Amino acid sequence: MPDVNTLIEVALIIVKVVIVSMILFSLPLPLTWLERKIAGHIQLRLGPFRVGPHGVLQPLADMIKLMFKEDITPYKADKWLFRLSPIVAMVPAFAVYATIPFGNTVTVPFINKEISLHIADMNVGILYVLAIGGITVYGIMLGGWASNSKYALLGGIRASAQMVSYEIALTFSCVGVVMIANSLSLVDIVHTQKGAILGILPNWNIFYQPLGFIIFLIAALAETNRIPFDLPEDEGTLAAGYHVEYSGMRFAFFMLTEYLAMVTVSVLSVILFFGGWNSPPLVPETLNNLIPPIFWFIGKVAVFIYFFMWLRFTLPRYRYDQLMTIGWKILLPLSLLNILITGLLLI
Amino acid sequence: MLLSYLPVLIIIGFVVFLASAVLFVNKLVSPKNPYKDKLSPWECGMEPIGNDADRGHFKVHFFIIAILFLVFDAETLYLFPWAVVLKELGIVAFVEMFIFIAILLVGLIYVWAKGALEWV
Repeated sequence: MPDVNTLIEVALIIVKVVIVSMILFSLPLPLTWLERKIAGHIQLRLGPFRVGPHGVLQPLADMIKLMFKEDITPYKADKWLFRLSPIVAMVPAFAVYATIPFGNTVTVPFINKEISLHIADMNVGILYVLAIGGITVYGIMLGGWASNSKYALLGGIRASAQMVSYEIALTFSCVGVVMIANSLSLVDIVHTQKGAILGILPNWNIFYQPLGFIIFLIAALAETNRIPFDLPEDEGTLAAGYHVEYSGMRFAFFMLTEYLAMVTVSVLSVILFFGGWNSPPLVPETLNNLIPPIFWFIGKVAVFIYFFMWLRFTLPRYRYDQLMTIGWKILLPLSLLNILITGLLLI
Repeated sequence: MLLSYLPVLIIIGFVVFLASAVLFVNKLVSPKNPYKDKLSPWECGMEPIGNDADRGHFKVHFFIIAILFLVFDAETLYLFPWAVVLKELGIVAFVEMFIFIAILLVGLIYVWAKGALEWV
């Protein structure tokens, strides 16, 4: 029989998991609205405007529409795999958040209990995130294969080749950060980025790992299948890519996965390179006491999400051979060079 | 120790439950009106051509990329523990790791020279 403290811990974990999952599950609603609004304003349009004030209820209407759509399984498809793959793609996108630290500890009023703002602080943090995040590619590959449609197959194969190619550069660019922090735990990585350089610049890894950050950003864009690397869903040649045969909620799950992937890479960039929940050093002490650290974290993540949306409506798409050239011939040697330089400077 | 990995199981279980619940509601409220044309694979509205056996046909380059990935993915597994303790182990571990990486790089250069990374 486990003691009371363990039971309280487990209950706390379950509460945290439910809260985090529900927030992540509904996060794509505001994000789709935001993305369409940003697209509209960049292209000198208004974007969604009809449903609710400034179209804020549009994603809700879209969700209700998707809910009432027929769930079609093509007769040629591998039925079991076809129905399973959206869930296989979606679950890892959520599971990654089991170790993401959103902020420092907070004390709950009245009961005076300290609660840490992460579900679990694993000692293998970053490795877990990269490993679980990589499983999403199975869902996409299975979806493309099980559809038994030519477009879906090409989309799925393109997606898997692209994701495995850039995963290497992505992982190598994280190694530099690990070398500085001497730890794989995301909480420790954030803690090492406290303070300031020369009193002005924040002590963030971006200033120690500029090359690593650029490699990370490019690889993350490719990993999330976003422009300029969105070849798996290149409308001009592949219709919709791997999810061309999906409809209703299963299609929505693939979209959810994509938006969560974008949020995940934003969160990871903030934690690894931009100091996590640490505030910039020039913020006065009184203001720092007023603003909880989690707001700095959310603010930084929001900047990154805006950045990714901005890129999508600014850049054209690469060709597939260019994509592979960038991945294998430029990013891979550069990321190894980054590890070499970091190692030489550290020892 | 267990408490730091238990959340993984809980979050996976909860998300699978959530997804199944949503799919169940979708099944309850959605119309069901399948017919052959609707269920056929989408090929721009034309009759699907070819047979199922053609499915396995794709460019061999994708397969080569997958094999190359395996090599470098194994390398990352060595790199992470090495990066954590590098400052303690010092110059010897650093040189050793770069000999290992250099050996793998020879493989990459060979593949590159053979033209396996060209896509045209």
